[in-house]
Amino acid sequence: MGEITKPPTTTAVLSGSEQGFATTRLDALLGWARKYSLFMYPFVTACCGMEFFSMTSPRYDVSRFGAEAPRFSPRQADLLWVVGTISQRQAPVLKRIYEQMLDPKWVLAFGTCASCGGFYDNYTTLAGIDKIIPCDIYIPGCPPRPEAVFDGLMLLQDKIARGDRTPGIVKPRQDPAAGLVELRTKAKVLA
Amino acid sequence: MSQKVVDIVKEKFGSVVLETKSEHKDETVVVEASAWFDVAQFLRDDARCDMQMMVDLCGVDFLDREPRFEVVMHLHSIRLKHRLRLKARVGDRDGDEARIKSVVPLWSGANWFERETYDLMGIDFEGHPDLRRILLYPEFEGHPLRKDYPADKTQPLVPFREGYEKLPPFDDFEGMSFGRQVFRSGKVD
Amino acid sequence: MEPIDQELEEGELELPSQPMTLNMGPSHPAMHGTIRIVMELSGETIIKTDVQIGYLHRGFEKMCERGSYSQVFPYVDRCNYASPMLNNVGYALAVEKLLDVTVPERCQYYRVILGELSRIADHLTCTGAMAMELGAFTPLLWFMKGREMIYDIMEEETGARLTHSFGRVGGMAQPPTDNFKAMVSAVIPRIRSIIGEAEALLLQNRIFMDRLQGVGKISQADAIALGWTGPCLRSTGVAYDVRKAHPYLVYDRFDFDVPVGQEGDNWDRFMVRLEELRQSARIIEQAVEQMPDKGAINIDDPRIVLPPKNDVYTTIEGTIQHFKIVMEGIKVPAGEAYGYTEGGNGELGFYIVSDGSGTPYRVRIRPPCFAITQGLGGLITNLMIPDVVPTFGSLNMIGGECDH
Repeated sequence: MGEITKPPTTTAVLSGSEQGFATTRLDALLGWARKYSLFMYPFVTACCGMEFFSMTSPRYDVSRFGAEAPRFSPRQADLLWVVGTISQRQAPVLKRIYEQMLDPKWVLAFGTCASCGGFYDNYTTLAGIDKIIPCDIYIPGCPPRPEAVFDGLMLLQDKIARGDRTPGIVKPRQDPAAGLVELRTKAKVLA
Repeated sequence: MSQKVVDIVKEKFGSVVLETKSEHKDETVVVEASAWFDVAQFLRDDARCDMQMMVDLCGVDFLDREPRFEVVMHLHSIRLKHRLRLKARVGDRDGDEARIKSVVPLWSGANWFERETYDLMGIDFEGHPDLRRILLYPEFEGHPLRKDYPADKTQPLVPFREGYEKLPPFDDFEGMSFGRQVFRSGKVD
Repeated sequence: MEPIDQELEEGELELPSQPMTLNMGPSHPAMHGTIRIVMELSGETIIKTDVQIGYLHRGFEKMCERGSYSQVFPYVDRCNYASPMLNNVGYALAVEKLLDVTVPERCQYYRVILGELSRIADHLTCTGAMAMELGAFTPLLWFMKGREMIYDIMEEETGARLTHSFGRVGGMAQPPTDNFKAMVSAVIPRIRSIIGEAEALLLQNRIFMDRLQGVGKISQADAIALGWTGPCLRSTGVAYDVRKAHPYLVYDRFDFDVPVGQEGDNWDRFMVRLEELRQSARIIEQAVEQMPDKGAINIDDPRIVLPPKNDVYTTIEGTIQHFKIVMEGIKVPAGEAYGYTEGGNGELGFYIVSDGSGTPYRVRIRPPCFAITQGLGGLITNLMIPDVVPTFGSLNMIGGECDH
């Protein structure tokens, strides 16, 4: 794989970066307006719904991203939050709601069950919503911490600003092995 | 703890009681499928048993036995604080002929439990007011909790999307443009 | 159109009116479980309902048959996801009933405290969501604040905020942390004050009272026949609580009351849950006081409990023990048992059939809100559409548990 190249920055909205299409001032303005005023359609089914409540609660406040306003009609919403496991029985319902939403619309798969079916590898679970509707952001976690959800939301806002429709996935910020290194060095010192 | 309930049942229905068990602090009575309703009614109405609450009704699939299914009902008396497990065996090896009388006239709460047992196990409850699938959709064929139904055999209702771009594998420097970490997993200095 | 100068009889002016079928679909704004209520309406009054569940059926029982007894814990967590620790404890107790073992005393106190904290989280979510659905947003936010404090404790103890998978057959995954008691003792008074504040807002509010009192009534006999248990049954006047009637763990050592309602309407269900919050806080305070500070958490049985990691890497017995338990599962002797505890919604039962191997033959969960949701159709008949929301909310139907 080789060397690590310098990551593209997010401020280059106007300069036509390789991944984005927002090359005019109007597109940039629209992207800015859209990303800070997402009306969500919370399609909440399961345990991730508890973290969804936490996300809207005062501690992890989703309204600071401008994404708090829930609209329970798909005609009025532009971000479909698919929160929780989607069963085969629920799949036609989800598809219908997605089809009822008006463009531009984005879909956010909240949790592993919505992203890929989770550990429910059985006769009744849909293995990921991207089998029936296109999905823009995948947030892994069972359930994901609200901070991870906000990473996903910020990633989505980033993509909206650049006009990017490639799917994105939220990766953990902290190296999971970092704590382990510390423990092992501490053990060596004590031994 | 409810041994006396077992004794009362054996005394009244001696001929149809196939076996009784008392293990792990639970008492079990196995009766013939034909006597299911009568025993249940007796347990509810008799003052010494007073099983006012039907706690649970389910089925268990023993693939290598004949009769194949066991219908298991847990009964509870709030006043007398005793419990009983009532069982009956139905069904042949292929899973057909699994029929038993419904206890919905006795406890209205048995309605959904019997629907669920029908849905997942395929046991037919005669006299049930509305026996249809409850947890699965009407287009589903088969009874998934049976041992011969493979666990991952799906019957999708919505055709899956074709030809869409699968999520590309992400390298360390793709995906998120902020908060990026480069992982040195496994390396300990 | 008739000409204007023709006189029409009163009876001829009737407009045709048939009942209208309305679907409160699987995706609905009410904050509890995904459910579909097909209602036949005459005006705004509901005359017939068909409550359809199963939109979150995730095949819990089939999944349990594919792994070992310990691998059931993550699945069981996600059944009643508002109070996951109660599910963990319930399932662990059921398997331990089948094994005929009892965990050490310290573990019993630990399970009680974590379980009651989960119960507080569940009731906070339910009552807060009920209030929010009626327009009172503030109590929900305050209750979420309280719930976050509980999640902080759970995160410190188990590692996860919500789906802990912390119970194990024969004990718990880890012993309590050093400042467990201090954290819990600090949180309980704050939760009490949050409950007090929310009560001051809600309980005198005319609108809140009118929307809940007298709505969604059920009689004692109906509730018992339907198989209701838990706060919904206690709201009708039946003082049945598994913790008092059939005490398990160390519940018989605590002094707590069982709140009981009178009418069986939404108001009583709401008040019973609110009062149970206080009783759970009482139990936790007593348990924190009585819990021993030293002692084993897991039972000392090599066939059930994983050995310490140090032993696994240094002794051959530890390696073999670890290998056998992980690869083959805990060998539970053949038989069956029905273990029941008081879950967040009522009697949570696990009927486990074992065939002697390490994989469960059948794990049946008896979900309390399955029986409770059965009664929803009868409750909302002859009510109006706006009454459906608080009635459904007061039942606390948790989708993962109801549809298992």
